[in-house]
Amino acid sequence: MSAPLKPSSMETLPRPSGLAGLAADWASDQRAFKNVSWGKAMMWIFLLSDTFIFGCFLIAYMSARMATTVPWPNPSEVFALEIGGVHVPLILIAIMTFVLISSSGTMAMAVNYGYRRDRRKTAALMLITALFGATFVGMQAFEWSKLIAEGVRPWGNPWGAAQFGSTFFMITGFHGTHVTIGVIFLLIIARKVWRGDFDTERRGFFTSRKGHYEIVEITGLYWHFVDLVWVFIFAFFYLW
Amino acid sequence: MVDVRSGIGEAVPPAEVEDVELYHPHSWWTRYVFSQDAKVIAIQYATTAIAIGMVALVLSWLMRLQLGFPDTFTFIDAERYYQFITMHGMIMVIYLLTALFLGGFGNYLIPLMVGARDMVFPYANMLSYWIYLLAVLVLVASFFAPGGPTGAGWTLYPPQAILSNTPGGKDWGIILMLSSLIIFIIGFTMGGLNYVVTVLQGRARGMTLMRMPLTVWGIVTATVMALLAFPALFVACVMMLFDRLLGTSFFMPAIAEMGEQLQYGGGSPILFQHLFWFFGHPEVYIVALPAFGIVSDLISTHARKNIFGYRMMVWAIVVIGGLSMVVWAHHMYVSGMNPYFGFFFATTTLIIAVPTAIKVYNWVLTLWRGNIHLTLPMLFALAFIVTFVNGGLTGLFLGNVVVDVPLSDTMFVVAHFHMVMGVAPILVIFGAIYHWYPKITGRMLNEALGQLHFWITFLGSYAIFFPMHYVGLVGVPRRYHDLGEAAFVPESVHSLNAFISVAALIVGAAQIVFLFNLVWSLRHGREAGGNPWRATTLEWQTPETPPPHGNWGKELPVVYRWAYDYSVPGAPEDFIPQNQPAPGRVSHEAAS
Repeated sequence: MSAPLKPSSMETLPRPSGLAGLAADWASDQRAFKNVSWGKAMMWIFLLSDTFIFGCFLIAYMSARMATTVPWPNPSEVFALEIGGVHVPLILIAIMTFVLISSSGTMAMAVNYGYRRDRRKTAALMLITALFGATFVGMQAFEWSKLIAEGVRPWGNPWGAAQFGSTFFMITGFHGTHVTIGVIFLLIIARKVWRGDFDTERRGFFTSRKGHYEIVEITGLYWHFVDLVWVFIFAFFYLW
Repeated sequence: MVDVRSGIGEAVPPAEVEDVELYHPHSWWTRYVFSQDAKVIAIQYATTAIAIGMVALVLSWLMRLQLGFPDTFTFIDAERYYQFITMHGMIMVIYLLTALFLGGFGNYLIPLMVGARDMVFPYANMLSYWIYLLAVLVLVASFFAPGGPTGAGWTLYPPQAILSNTPGGKDWGIILMLSSLIIFIIGFTMGGLNYVVTVLQGRARGMTLMRMPLTVWGIVTATVMALLAFPALFVACVMMLFDRLLGTSFFMPAIAEMGEQLQYGGGSPILFQHLFWFFGHPEVYIVALPAFGIVSDLISTHARKNIFGYRMMVWAIVVIGGLSMVVWAHHMYVSGMNPYFGFFFATTTLIIAVPTAIKVYNWVLTLWRGNIHLTLPMLFALAFIVTFVNGGLTGLFLGNVVVDVPLSDTMFVVAHFHMVMGVAPILVIFGAIYHWYPKITGRMLNEALGQLHFWITFLGSYAIFFPMHYVGLVGVPRRYHDLGEAAFVPESVHSLNAFISVAALIVGAAQIVFLFNLVWSLRHGREAGGNPWRATTLEWQTPETPPPHGNWGKELPVVYRWAYDYSVPGAPEDFIPQNQPAPGRVSHEAAS
């Protein structure tokens, strides 16, 4: 998919494949990752750093949960809903997870259409992704308000260890912030795609750099990362 | 060793990336203030860092006045003393050293040394500085906030950091400190991503990783570490901010204060210590690795000799960087831990001595039979080696659990880390400024003033920190506002404390000479020309000095050799610039 990205005037030397290729790339001049643009490299390294942030949050949560001397509230009870008189554990979280994973699918399709330079479909799929993301944040807001109504606070809750509320609000809040930022970026990029900025290689206002469809993929990297983090939060916070 | 690398005497690979088009500033504001030029950003970073560093210097004076002459300066009460300690430590470690090495030298040197026009994302780079400035302003604001800055000690250990009897604990102090750190980390990340991607993806034709000057290796390894270690501090700050503002109990156990049970309960202070030191120990090397890199280049240039064991130097930097991520709990021996953990962390800590010793030997072997010019950068580099060995040896003491436990929380620890991560890196900073000032301004710094500055700083810092080891071995605890009449403190300690304080005042005052030199030489310094040190690295080969926006004029440089071709036999001069095409295969590179 990434074939049209390389500036046509630039040639690259033939390189060996496999481990020898890796060594050759790192021993070469100019770029360690051949055919990886600056923007993509930067996003990958940022995500590595962000992984450490979420990793620290989750490890802190786990150590608090293991060290607590009072009972930890049972997540399947706390996050259950009464739907039509039926008690369904974790139903909202299941729907949220489904929505977020689906948004990864639409995002991947947007990237695909972006490289086909299909302006309309790319923009439409990015909008759908943003909509899924906004739905996720909306459901999270519902979940928060439900818990708050039931008496869960950052400093305590009716069922057990106070750290339940603190870690819950902190970790889901931090993840929700990531999703919100992602939605905003999706909307901005979708607008640019729709306007045809990347077909005309319109220059950034501050940066003077030409716009490329690759930014759709870079946004996608971020979006998939946020989804992946959710999978870990889901597993460690809700299923444990 | 047989040279298997391509490049020497062969064709340089063709360009893979189009030459970038930079943002062209349209006004004075976008040229000099909101500039996207890494060199301007570097100077902004450095100026801000030095300015806030002067505040920390004055704070250390105030502390020394109290310790040397207790009961004389009544305005330095215990509360203020703790506030001075905290702010001095935090400013020096983060807002001065980290910002100056990575934001200052990183921004100036990386694009020039790897042959790039600028950082890869100049706009994010500019934001990085302005967010850093905001962090500094928030930090400074805490001096003027009700209750003053936090006095929790630079490690900000809970629970005391947010209790109401700690200075700044119930007021604004701790809140502003934590917020400032969070802002700093956000700003640093924007810059740090730039430095790493520029080195990995933005090098000139012919500039392989193994041809980069060690300065770049040091800075970029430190940046990678910072990108992985700062998240832990970020998380710790967020959680403690919540403890203080929302009443959560991440780090707060059930605790009574002034006979009153507080609302907190169930949190773990040890968790904070782990998060803090997972950041805190790599931080030592975030400061030290750029210093290692820079000092290697200073020694090689001013001894007119290729650096000894370049590849080993690179690998030592990388190995130190990796190991330093798994040694953090050696700061926590006295907090108590499973003995096997203590064993693990003591082992990893002592293993770091191996790559570090390789570096020291290689510096000394580079000097051996070199054509040593005792210029100011060289003097500072030599002073660094001596100081670093001194500080490093006491580190071996403190890395052992059984030796550490009695020495922990004494002035011995203060002496140790001031030698190894205070004085040593700052000596490198001075050397680096004397070395690169001609490139930045086009003029040399005044030699006489520089000699005065060097000798007072070098000898003076030994006058300060050598006696402090003894004071610590006697058992004088650190962070004590007043020693009083304790029976175990001999009279010699009191007189030494007075001596140390006088030395500290003198060394501090000598820095005014340095600042005066910086300003005075801007106009009156000797014209330097493009390459006054006859150095090989790319930054000295720019068509103009100081280099303009875009660095290289029309054509990007092409690199034909490594950075250390000094005194090559048969070459017309005793240095061959990296961008000089090779006649045949004359280079030391193959032998390295």
